[in-house]
Amino acid sequence: MGIGVALMAANPLPDTPISAIELEELSLGWRDKVAVRNLSGCFPQGSLTALVGPNGAGKSTLLRGIMGWVTPLSGHIRLMGSSAPAFMPQQGDFDKTFPISTHDFVAMGAWRRVGPWRGFGRGERERLESALQAVGLSDFGRRPLATLSGGQLQRALFARLMLHDADTYMLDEPFSAVDRATTEDLMSLLLEWNRAGKTVIVVLHDLDLVRRHFPQTLLLAGQCVGWGATDEVLTPENLHLARHLCAGDYL
Amino acid sequence: MIGLEVLYQPFVEFGFMRRALAGAAALAMAAGPLGVFLVLRRMSLMGDAMAHAILPGVAVGFLTAGMSVTAMTVGGMITGLAVALLAAAVARLTPQREDASFAAFYLVSLGVGVLLISLKGGNTELLHVLFGTVLGLDDAALILVSATSSVALLVLAVIFRPLVMECLDPLFLRSESRMGPVVHIAFLLLLVMTLVAGFQVLGTLMVVGIMMLPAAAARFWAGTAIGQMALAAFSGVFASYLGLLLSYYANVPASPAIILSAGIVYFLSVTFGTQGGLWQVARQARARRLRLSRISQRDF
Repeated sequence: MGIGVALMAANPLPDTPISAIELEELSLGWRDKVAVRNLSGCFPQGSLTALVGPNGAGKSTLLRGIMGWVTPLSGHIRLMGSSAPAFMPQQGDFDKTFPISTHDFVAMGAWRRVGPWRGFGRGERERLESALQAVGLSDFGRRPLATLSGGQLQRALFARLMLHDADTYMLDEPFSAVDRATTEDLMSLLLEWNRAGKTVIVVLHDLDLVRRHFPQTLLLAGQCVGWGATDEVLTPENLHLARHLCAGDYL
Repeated sequence: MIGLEVLYQPFVEFGFMRRALAGAAALAMAAGPLGVFLVLRRMSLMGDAMAHAILPGVAVGFLTAGMSVTAMTVGGMITGLAVALLAAAVARLTPQREDASFAAFYLVSLGVGVLLISLKGGNTELLHVLFGTVLGLDDAALILVSATSSVALLVLAVIFRPLVMECLDPLFLRSESRMGPVVHIAFLLLLVMTLVAGFQVLGTLMVVGIMMLPAAAARFWAGTAIGQMALAAFSGVFASYLGLLLSYYANVPASPAIILSAGIVYFLSVTFGTQGGLWQVARQARARRLRLSRISQRDF
């Protein structure tokens, strides 16, 4: 309690959040193309942010930059949490036909605790079972990964992410290959993680979904078009501007 | 009773046949599992490229020290690794696709290697290098092959988990640890090591066969990476045995006979395999058709 009071006293604005990730005049690019230009701002701890923008807006590049896979052309990225963010790739980013059971695939999520050599103790096995149960795949553990449908595969990815226990989750288009029912199921998992205090950043295309569930939105189009409360960012003017900016890249 | 003797009599009677079987089996046990990962990573061509890439190094070893196992092994390791790294660098730094990059390098390697050997040696030496000397394995070669295979299998066990993750989901491994590049390099090292040791047995042209064919065949029987590895190793050993018998009775060169046997195993697997083999696919299609026609008959 004492610490909480001290923090409040030191902080003149009680609702000024502690940031999980800070970006400072960040520019990111591949080869000779700049994908994200001069982006500044922060993802507060425990926030739920949708990352929105047209194709080629630099959404995936920004996530890759935060993961440290793309070196900034200029500017800085500061990660405040103690553990590295957990990342969920798009379905096209990994080999869906690899001969492995769903169980073993999800078990990859425990890497930070078991590493390359340690065995799976009873604790890890229970964790794994409860993750499979939470995404509705309890009976699918023994099924080969290649036989899962798009929706089931997405559920398996969510289960794997749950084993991480990271403070920050970043998901790249988690709902692009799944039906409405699966989206609702998985969305409620996302909201649950967020309620448990996790910082969640999701790349999305479905603006209705964003308006319904996401308090914060970052609208990207090669640069920041808007970053803040969702209904203030997703205005018709901003969306038009975003489309215009991205189209310009290819003209 | 005469029938059964045929299966083991050559190995009982002749020391060189026993040595050949031991060498080829040791090679197959490591080559098959490594091949499974090449298939899974869609790098089948890379095994080919590396096997050819060791040729110039072997040739330089041969030019400087004659038919010495050590010199040729060291030379082969050096050029094999150099080509693997160069080809990967070209694919990464230029828009060239990785398979094209590897193909270019291995064609050049093959040309340079054959040319270098021809400078000093005759056709006999060239044939030895290209097709191996499985029926004439000396102690040094036999020890080299079995030691290399043992090391390769042990290291493969140590890096197994991250290697699977690297094949399956490289981005995930990258987000979790920095082992990715280390594991990749270790795998390349194992590959070159095994191919160099294997060229003594089957020759640089044929050694890829004992790596890729059993691995490609195992895919039709086993549903997990582990199962495929075990099966690839086993069928490689079996193909070696079969090939040596064939070579003995039909009086044909041993290393092509071994690869031919592995090829037969492969085509049988493609046809009868339980994981998507032709026979199974056809039966499933027929069952589906029957079911559909039954349903439509019921409806009308």
